[in-house]
Amino acid sequence: MNNNMKQQEILKRVLLELKAYGLKIILSIISALVTVYLTLRIPILTGQAIDTIVGKGQVDFDSLIAILQEMAVTVVATSLAQLLMNRLNNSITYSVAKNLRDRAFDRIQNMRLADIDSHPHGDIVSRIVSDADTFTDGLLMGFTQLFTGVLTIIGTIIFMVRLSVHIALLVIVFTPVSLILARFISGRIYKYFNDQAAIRGRETSYIEEIIVNKDIVSNLSFEDRASEEFRVMNDKLTDASMKATFYSSTVNPSTRLINNLIYAAVGVYGALMAINGQITVGNLTSFLSYASTYGKPFNEISGVVTEFQNAIACAGRLFELVDAEPEPDNGNKTIDGTRGRIVFENVSFSYDKSKKLIENLNLTVEPGQKVAIVGPTGAGKSTIINLLMRFYEIDKGRITIDGVDIRDISLENLRSNFGMVLQETWLKEASIRDNLKMASPDASDEEIIEAAKASHAHGFIQKMPAAYDTILSASRGQVSQGQMQLLCIARVMLNIPPMLILDEATSSIDTRTEQKIQLAFNKMMEGRTTFVVAHRLSTIKEADMILFVKDGQIVEQGNHSQLLQKNGFYAKLYHSQFKES
Amino acid sequence: MSFIFKYVKKYKIRAILAPLFKMLEAIFELLVPLVMAAIINQGIGNSDKGYIIRMSGVLILLAVIGLGLALIAQYFSAYVAVHTASDIRMDLFNKILSLSKKVKDSVGEEVLTTRITNDINQIMNAVNMVLRLFLRSPFIVFGAMIMAAFVDAKASIIFILVVGLLALTVVFIMRFTLPRYKEIAARLEKVLGATSENLEGARVIRAFARTDSEKKEFKEKTQSLTDLQIITGKISALLNPLTYVMVNIGIVVLIYFSGIRVNRGAIMTGDVVALVNYMSQILIELVKLANLIVLIMKAIPSGDRVNALMEMKSDERTKGLGHEPGEFSGAIRMENVSFSYTGSMDFDLANISIDIPAGSVFGIIGGTGSGKTTLLRLLNHTFDATEGDVLLDGINVVDISDEKLSQVFGIVPQKASLFAGTIRSNMTMKNQASDVEIIEMLKNAQAYDFVMAKEGLDTEVLAKGNNFSGGQKQRLTIARALMGQPKVLVLDDSASALDLGTEAKLRSALSALPWKPTVIIVSQRASSVKSADQILVLEEGKCVGLGSHEKLLDSCQAYEEIYYCQYPKEEACNE
Repeated sequence: MNNNMKQQEILKRVLLELKAYGLKIILSIISALVTVYLTLRIPILTGQAIDTIVGKGQVDFDSLIAILQEMAVTVVATSLAQLLMNRLNNSITYSVAKNLRDRAFDRIQNMRLADIDSHPHGDIVSRIVSDADTFTDGLLMGFTQLFTGVLTIIGTIIFMVRLSVHIALLVIVFTPVSLILARFISGRIYKYFNDQAAIRGRETSYIEEIIVNKDIVSNLSFEDRASEEFRVMNDKLTDASMKATFYSSTVNPSTRLINNLIYAAVGVYGALMAINGQITVGNLTSFLSYASTYGKPFNEISGVVTEFQNAIACAGRLFELVDAEPEPDNGNKTIDGTRGRIVFENVSFSYDKSKKLIENLNLTVEPGQKVAIVGPTGAGKSTIINLLMRFYEIDKGRITIDGVDIRDISLENLRSNFGMVLQETWLKEASIRDNLKMASPDASDEEIIEAAKASHAHGFIQKMPAAYDTILSASRGQVSQGQMQLLCIARVMLNIPPMLILDEATSSIDTRTEQKIQLAFNKMMEGRTTFVVAHRLSTIKEADMILFVKDGQIVEQGNHSQLLQKNGFYAKLYHSQFKES
Repeated sequence: MSFIFKYVKKYKIRAILAPLFKMLEAIFELLVPLVMAAIINQGIGNSDKGYIIRMSGVLILLAVIGLGLALIAQYFSAYVAVHTASDIRMDLFNKILSLSKKVKDSVGEEVLTTRITNDINQIMNAVNMVLRLFLRSPFIVFGAMIMAAFVDAKASIIFILVVGLLALTVVFIMRFTLPRYKEIAARLEKVLGATSENLEGARVIRAFARTDSEKKEFKEKTQSLTDLQIITGKISALLNPLTYVMVNIGIVVLIYFSGIRVNRGAIMTGDVVALVNYMSQILIELVKLANLIVLIMKAIPSGDRVNALMEMKSDERTKGLGHEPGEFSGAIRMENVSFSYTGSMDFDLANISIDIPAGSVFGIIGGTGSGKTTLLRLLNHTFDATEGDVLLDGINVVDISDEKLSQVFGIVPQKASLFAGTIRSNMTMKNQASDVEIIEMLKNAQAYDFVMAKEGLDTEVLAKGNNFSGGQKQRLTIARALMGQPKVLVLDDSASALDLGTEAKLRSALSALPWKPTVIIVSQRASSVKSADQILVLEEGKCVGLGSHEKLLDSCQAYEEIYYCQYPKEEACNE
């Protein structure tokens, strides 16, 4: 996901994406052409109409009515073409956004866990949510604006030249001055916007910090100093904002001045020419109308360039996500009904390829054995789980289940043969029932309740506002961390696969409840190969094999008494935790 | 929304001057078509070149004065908008600082941050645009109508009709689209929620082979979003073509009637040009006005949200009177203390009586949700006890100032957190202190070695202390709590990330502190509280045992259960 695409490549991709909408795009372009042409006809017709109105008793009503009829038809046709273009563009924009969002989301479902783990989730979310919008809005709207803008400019020039080359030159030459002025001012104020953004960023992190740590702030009576520090920052922001806001708001009046001056020049020059009979009053009116609208597309186009670049950047980010490398899933073997004999043969693995982690690990777990993984917090006990479930791929060696290399097993089949309860509980924003049914969509209500009872979750579920139909929502804390773990346990109990992974599965459950569900746990583990990450001695001691992990490496392996005899890390841990004081 | 006016009021004069200057600018703009009409009628009509050139001077003058007026107006409105936002931000920040823990938790951290950043920025933009455009646009629309009436009173009927129709169209379209924009935002929010949920749960979803059903659900969400976007888009796509037709058909009719009027000699050709100009100006301003309304509609919810937060009650605890001795010994008593978060009689902590002598070690043990942390919060008066008294050296904590209490209590929270800055800035948050003192406390907290291995006291601390491991952060928060030698040291399950060797060293350092503070240790683990002078066993907010380890083992079944489930019987017997 890190290969930055070049702008050109992105553009190529964008065109490919748009291919499916070819007909709509062609129609949209045609209606844009029609709109621009007809819109530019109006000032000419207005001028012609005015030329029929010369003075008292000198109005040619026959011509006037004919011109006004043509005008009315033109106006209606323009608006119809405009409406068609708007609707086509809407439909293209929203469909492209939906399509890209769906594909990006599909990719999330099978992209490599390493990519998910190493990217801030907020970043991926903003690609799917805001980048998709910015891209489609910016690119397609930008395209229409650019297209109609350029057409309008060319059209205006042609229409003006046909009326009078002199006045046309006046408008064409001087209008860009306003653009240069706008550029000049924007260049000058860029720094102020940068300043504002930087100070705003600092202030936001300060706010976040104080809010998140509000308890500590009040414990330390830090409020007054926080308020003072904030005031200083806020004053700086005020100054920077003032500069950025005011200077940026000088752009419009300044360009308006230039346009007004051009308008005055056209008026005077045109009027003088009219006296000489070189143009009519109606021609002058048409000119004035062109002069006042000629600058507009320039302004729009200059905005479009930044928007365009931004849209391309967003598209690039989105394509990166859509094209992210999926996790390899080439196996087609299945291991249903496995006995659960797991063998690690010379396995090497590390997250950061420059730092060695697991080196030449050999391990044989017989069917139904219980393996406890022990070690200090943050020592990498979850790594083995990542490898077993193929969330991460091993670098060297192989892992087999019943003799089958796990890389030859389809991912879905491999994973569905493991039951997993993790320390970090995850439940969907859905009803409790739907959450519990996750592994076995066809489970009956009786089965669900039975599993909930076994995991001692039934009691508190019953007390919830809508019992099993209560919707769990991520933001509201209706259930405690411990209760979430109980739900996760119930979820696995509903359909227990042949192998189990329990990663601190009961860490948030208080000791007494834990004791109560121990029975169910034991029953669950019976006859199943189980990996347990735990810190409770009773669990560890009963294990058939203990792996002691330190700094990501398995430094000792054996059962409780073997390891005690070895008098190494495990023995030290055991004595310090359970025998000291 | 009205609270924004309260803030704007502070800059009353500027807030009045800004739109006033905008209006003046508009007047000068509205004069231009009249000058053009004069050029056509008098200049071209009478072939008077001198007149045309003089009038061009007027046009240039109008443009230059217009620029000056606009710049003044822009300055004033920027000033008012920026300073209003700044004042609101400052007040909101102080408000957030003053919120009680209960209120803050109920609102949520992310929400608070959004209020004080995005919402206030929205308000700033809206204030700026309102000052600049809200008076100008209607003024130009009505001004153009009045000027048209000035040129030809009869023609103004056409203007009134067109403006009326335009207003109706805009209102009609906006009434349809605005509420739908809100709904679109809500549906987009669902897409966002699903995405982040799936990232969080990637392992579980794959383990349960739920990827296909997740994909299906997501497509339903994006479909419902797209459907609504397209419907809303269809209606809002009407706005431009409809207003365009109305104004231009208005122009057609206007030219026809003007033709009749000119033929009768009531007006001149130049006047027709002016009338057409005014009609076109109305269209341009109307589009601006519609955009402005959208902006205001977006800002209104922001304003309401900020206001709602401003109106939340500040901390309502009884305020300490400051009747307190200079020194406390650190003896704590709780007499029949009960507490409930909701204020109902369904107590979260019920009828607790404890007596902790100065300098002793007091352990609190119990499962999750048993009320351990709540009890700690009553000790330092984070909450008022609902019933009963909490006494520090015999003085009710209610009567002691928060400032003083923060000096007496050194609190190590459950979740270790540091502030961006340096090690030194973190250690001196409560009081200024010498490097010698900081180093002493770092040593006590077993943090000295790794701090020195980095860059000593000047080691940079990133936001949230993210450049330190969990265990290091815990030790640093312990050192921070030790600063200023608090008489009561509270450790709320705060050694969970330490490996056992370090925890043991820490424990012995804490028991050897020279100023002998009272130490209160909260834990789920029996090993952490075993050696305390007294242990309080909490279960669902009630005291189920109080006494020394040995006494509790004999008399308290709950304690016995906790203990033996962590230390199987034979182990305990072997001791």
